[in-house]
Amino acid sequence: MQQHTISVLVNDQPGVLTRVATLFGQRGFNIDSITVGGTEEQGLSRMIITTGGDDRQINQLMKQLHKLIDVISVTNLSENPFVSRELALIKVTASPSQLAELNGIVEPFRAAIVDVGPSSLIVQVTGDTEKIDALLVLLQSYGVIELTRTGSVAMARSIVPATAAATV
Amino acid sequence: MSVEMAELQKKNGIPPIQFGEEVTGAETLLRCLILEEVEYIFGYPGGAVLPIYDSLYGSYFKHILTRHEQGAIHAADGYARATGKPGVCIATSGPGATNLVTGIATAQMDSVPLVCITGNVAQSLIGTDAFQEANITGITIPITKHSYFVRDIRDLPRIVKEAFHIATTGRPGPVLIDIPKDVANAKAPFTYPDKVEIRGYRASLVPSDEEVQEFVKAVGEAKRPVILAGGGIIAAQAEKELRDFAEKTRIPVINTFMGLGGFPGTHELSLAMPGMHGNYTANQALLNADCVIGLGARFDDRITMGRTKEFAPKARIVHVDIDPAELGKNVDTAVTVAGDVKSTLAKAIPLAKACDSEAWISQLKEWKEQYPYKYKKDGDVLKPQAVIELLYNSTDGEAIVTTDVGQHQMWTAQYYKFKHPRSFISSGGLGTMGFGFPAAIGAQIAHPDRTVISVVGDGGFQMTNQELAIVSQYNIPVKVAIVNNQCLGMVRQWQELFYDNRYSQIDLTCSPDFVKLAEAYGVKGLRASTPEEAEAVWAEALAHDGPVVVDFRVAQEENVYPMVASGNTLDQMELGDD
Ligand SMILES: Cc1ncc(C[n+]2csc(CCOP(=O)(O)OP(=O)(O)O)c2C)c(N)n1
Repeated sequence: MQQHTISVLVNDQPGVLTRVATLFGQRGFNIDSITVGGTEEQGLSRMIITTGGDDRQINQLMKQLHKLIDVISVTNLSENPFVSRELALIKVTASPSQLAELNGIVEPFRAAIVDVGPSSLIVQVTGDTEKIDALLVLLQSYGVIELTRTGSVAMARSIVPATAAATV
Repeated sequence: MSVEMAELQKKNGIPPIQFGEEVTGAETLLRCLILEEVEYIFGYPGGAVLPIYDSLYGSYFKHILTRHEQGAIHAADGYARATGKPGVCIATSGPGATNLVTGIATAQMDSVPLVCITGNVAQSLIGTDAFQEANITGITIPITKHSYFVRDIRDLPRIVKEAFHIATTGRPGPVLIDIPKDVANAKAPFTYPDKVEIRGYRASLVPSDEEVQEFVKAVGEAKRPVILAGGGIIAAQAEKELRDFAEKTRIPVINTFMGLGGFPGTHELSLAMPGMHGNYTANQALLNADCVIGLGARFDDRITMGRTKEFAPKARIVHVDIDPAELGKNVDTAVTVAGDVKSTLAKAIPLAKACDSEAWISQLKEWKEQYPYKYKKDGDVLKPQAVIELLYNSTDGEAIVTTDVGQHQMWTAQYYKFKHPRSFISSGGLGTMGFGFPAAIGAQIAHPDRTVISVVGDGGFQMTNQELAIVSQYNIPVKVAIVNNQCLGMVRQWQELFYDNRYSQIDLTCSPDFVKLAEAYGVKGLRASTPEEAEAVWAEALAHDGPVVVDFRVAQEENVYPMVASGNTLDQMELGDD
């Protein structure tokens, strides 16, 4: 089973999220993550959904999504190069004396410590899912008290000749 | 107001609708329905729809007060299936709305255009578990094509316009409009949009020339081709195109259950119904075909038996459907056309040539003669199949027949040879008991001059037989043929075959006397227990100018054959006891 990132442009209406989520349940798909937010155009929202399935299943899912009246377009971002980012906040057991040590771990990930308390601190990290997973593994040895992550937001890369493509 | 609207009002003798006039939400709704050319409304009032019922008072509409909301929606569904026009029903909030649920799901599964209007509590009470509040838009999300909760009276005209458009275009389906009471009571200047614009909604799909060429090429190469014609033929009104195409290409046609009547069952190229209770020839055709052409058929598991790899194992599958999500959903396809069957066939006919299929056709003909639907006659015992044959012969296949769900439904599909589209009305996808009788009422209202027969089981009839009140009240001349085996026959059959004769909870011997029940409603009731009685009584029923209930007492142990047991493949077919 492959992981797919699907971008769904929808009318910004009450109930649209329910319709999309219901469709997944009804058709036997699992939603691994879902993010919803505004778009460049007023009145429209974009949902980024990650889910698993083989090509046939994903194809069917996309067609079913497209049948929803409030769905304007459906794109499988995984078919082409795309950028995907997640945000996570990780609360770690640590005393202020460990701050420097933790900074050393966090920095290579371009993550930041955004809150420091007497016995815990919060790390904020953005990046693709693997990067966040990797940081989590490192922080686990300190003791992760709480974790919250957004799920992916994603966008297709601009089409430029392969050699010139920036890898940000 | 547009010219067409003015014309329409003149034609229908409706008082002119003033645009810009301040009217209530309820009045707005009814004006919109007039402009959508709605004539009949099936419904049931209640607190949340009182403003709408008040506006209905003395209005142009013919409102049918059923005795249960389920009756209203199945009647609206029967009306829609018999005409192709959208059926309209109204129910109040909470229990009224939830009583529509089965009917909505029934229409969704069979792609029937319905507009269901429900009232809801005022918006100030929404979400408070107010008296008779139910989140009906939420409840029906998975079983509607689309649904609306109206928040503002100014949105209502657009929503009604969109609802009718969505219900009737593309793959048709039910649309729900939930109107809270404060919106029904609010006032606004009346408007009605001329056009519908729904971004992202593709209503009609005309295939490209390339797609059609590829379709024609794939079909033309076949030596043992067969068309699997589904309900999409009827929905798209493509019966003429199908006939022309089949005759020109010399391709035999299997009608799916939903497609019965889409191609005449009496035609030389007709192979009738396939699948679980389909006939030998249709199933052999699928097993041996080198090309199966699905036209508006969705390869349901009652045909593929869910064993899609063993289904049509020698065939390339070519599939045309207006709903792109159906293409490749259930079976692997070689060629697909996402398009309306009517325009696809219309484009294909001039390009198509006759296939090299005469050897195949004569093989099929041999099978047809060798393995017809058959049952054992048994002296004075009235066999259910004989009842259906009687209905067919007495009406020359010209009646509109609705069925309920069970054995009688399958026998009707087998023994009544439907010649015309929209003459067979039955709950295929959901298999809804209680559907048949109210659906017949809707069909008869749509076609007051045609013979409408409602074939029902003694079980299913008891789910909605309270609607006898309305056939009596409005003198709707439906002929109800109860195939009375005094049990839940189809369940009995499965218990006999798969549960070792352990007959659990199927006994209906304590049913009412159906003749007296009919009479209690002021409807003529008749009974027959032998083949001779059946003929006499049925002739009397047909001759009677009004509704009739005929209680046909049939043999209890009769099973529906042929049968492919679930889990088996089409080649493992039980032909029956003789
Ligand atoms: C609402 C509903 N409940 C249960 C069923 C399951 N079911 C399918 S056929 C059948 C028996 C129908 O018996 P009857 O109406 O007497 O018709 P027969 O099979 O005897 O012709 C039942 C219970 C159903 N299809 N619909």
